Amino acid sequence: MEVFYFILQQMMYFSIPLLVVALGGMFSERSGIVNIALEGIMLIGAFVGVVTIYLVQDRLSASLYASISHGQLVLIYGLITAGMTGALFSVFHAYASVNMKADQVISGTALNLFAPAAAIFLARSFAFTNYTQQVSFNRRQFLIKKIPILGDIPFIGDILFQKAFITTFIGLLILIIASILVYKTRFGLRLRSCGEHPQASDAAGINVHKIRYIGVIISGFLGGVGGLVLIVSTQTEFNATVSGYGFLALAVLIFGQWQPKKILQASLFFGLMKTIASSYSSIPFLQILNFPSQFYKMIPFIATLVVLAFTSVSVQGPKAAGEIYDVGKR
Amino acid sequence: MLAKFIHFITRTENRISVSSSVLAIISGLLFGLIIMIITNPLESIPAFFTIIFSGFTDIGRVLEIATPIILTGLSVGFAFKTGLFNIGAAGQLMVGAIAAIYVGVEWTFLPSSIHWLIALLAAGVAGAFWGAIPGFLKAYRNVHEVVATIMMNYIGLYFVSYMVEYRLYDLENARSLTVKESAIIPYYGLDKLFGRGDVNFGFIISLISVLIIFIILSKTTFGYQLKAVGYNKDASKYAGINEKNGIVLAMVISGLLAGLAGATIFLTGVSGRHLETTEVLVSEGFDGIPVALIGLSHPFGILFSALFIGLLEQGGFYMQGFNFAPEIIDIITSSIIYFSALVILFKGFIVKLYKKNNMKDVKG
Repeated sequence: MEVFYFILQQMMYFSIPLLVVALGGMFSERSGIVNIALEGIMLIGAFVGVVTIYLVQDRLSASLYASISHGQLVLIYGLITAGMTGALFSVFHAYASVNMKADQVISGTALNLFAPAAAIFLARSFAFTNYTQQVSFNRRQFLIKKIPILGDIPFIGDILFQKAFITTFIGLLILIIASILVYKTRFGLRLRSCGEHPQASDAAGINVHKIRYIGVIISGFLGGVGGLVLIVSTQTEFNATVSGYGFLALAVLIFGQWQPKKILQASLFFGLMKTIASSYSSIPFLQILNFPSQFYKMIPFIATLVVLAFTSVSVQGPKAAGEIYDVGKR
Repeated sequence: MLAKFIHFITRTENRISVSSSVLAIISGLLFGLIIMIITNPLESIPAFFTIIFSGFTDIGRVLEIATPIILTGLSVGFAFKTGLFNIGAAGQLMVGAIAAIYVGVEWTFLPSSIHWLIALLAAGVAGAFWGAIPGFLKAYRNVHEVVATIMMNYIGLYFVSYMVEYRLYDLENARSLTVKESAIIPYYGLDKLFGRGDVNFGFIISLISVLIIFIILSKTTFGYQLKAVGYNKDASKYAGINEKNGIVLAMVISGLLAGLAGATIFLTGVSGRHLETTEVLVSEGFDGIPVALIGLSHPFGILFSALFIGLLEQGGFYMQGFNFAPEIIDIITSSIIYFSALVILFKGFIVKLYKKNNMKDVKG
């Protein structure tokens, strides 16, 4: 039973960042802009977030904030700057794809190539990193061992409220807000219409450019937040990479058919696959099999391909995603 | 050939896209310079000129860097022409490399005169196979090729890491075994011709590939059909082109080119590069993307931009001496790509310039 809980707790560490980033991608693609730059946005957001954590963690007076856990406050500062950076970075993508009618894949690729280079270049010019590209942080301060009362609930308590990060709850909160925003508000309706048929939206008096900007910027914010969530919950230092999670999130988005509820399911599935890949040595029945480690590491990616091969045929994304918005076109 | 090339350059339409590419390159370089001035004003100017000019004294090194990225650039560019974005060149390259090393180490029964050639072909076949899978998934299962090729990158990466660790391990140096003497790509005197650096026949292979891809794309029905699929999938289907076969074949050729790139890097002697078990994708695979984008996916453009990026990267080697991280090169190339995405901005500017000049001609 303990192994079972261990797997599920680990799964949350991988699933939540995927969920957050894929939801970000949803906002962008629903507005009609393909955001292949998620990888780069995650990376740059995580970088600034980790640097913020590093700078803030020793300066915040512990006694002043005794009422709130010190570590959680540090993390929230980091999440805010990570999100802001991601949002700012994504404006470049929005400008190229909305104003300049650029090929969205090329613009996204440019950001993906820029982000790691910028992170390494900057990290190497800081004194506190000893001029290396790694930025370390104290991860243990963020881990919540057990939340009183809630942690005692059988099953759910073990998975969600023990050995958890605050990011888990923030991620789930983002899921709820995103679902409401997309399906229950005027903005959501406009967002979806811009991704399906921008000319019709324009005729209905919607400012397509504005909606698309907002869509991309939300995806940038969530991408940045997701990047930091990933690093904090799975790494002990930041080494200028988010290991392809931005692209995995794109796969989650497609597998989740651009719908929040299905995105949650997809990210839980991928999280489970990732858990198998990363902690097979602590899972007894996988350990006995004694396969080479590379075999387990391949699993998430093979599973992605297999799942996509079976689901992609019938899936339809937002119709206008990736298309340049041409006012004169009908 | 040269006349054709000049004709290509002088057509107004092409001239506009080439000059907007040149403007993007200049803007990217200026952006890099600004970043350098901000971070380290004192050394920025000499360092910047080192990046641009140091390569001219090290032609051999520049060609050595350019060899594999010409091939991966062709790989990405060829797929682009068919409307596919192959981010998987890195994985195809690595799978090709491990196939070449496997043949180079194990297949000693081959006559030594063709050993290297068979190893090279094995790399091409392995890369083609690795490209065919996402091609097939795209054509018949509607799986987005960007996601599929990235997944194939990681699967290939771990497969290669497994092969190195369990089958082809050089315990002493903690890396892949060195291929037999007969499997090393011959030099034919090229290394002496170009001075420092390790230019071998691989460079000639990449030049031949440029020509072959140029001929396929602009002189054959097959190439025309592939481009038609890239422009408009539905229209080409209506015109009787089997667009599914086209997609798979384009990915096969794209993978083959990337596989060959792997062979040109790793079919070398003891002092050359070896695969390691560090589980990092070989960067030349990703370099194909900027090369293809800056070269406008045209084979000759790709040749030019690979040499240009080779020049920049060679300059990057000297950056440590100036207290700059060599990543400044990546910042420059990525901003060149970003600027080249803003074609409209530049094209508008250039077209205006053209009109102005033409008006002058009329008045003069």
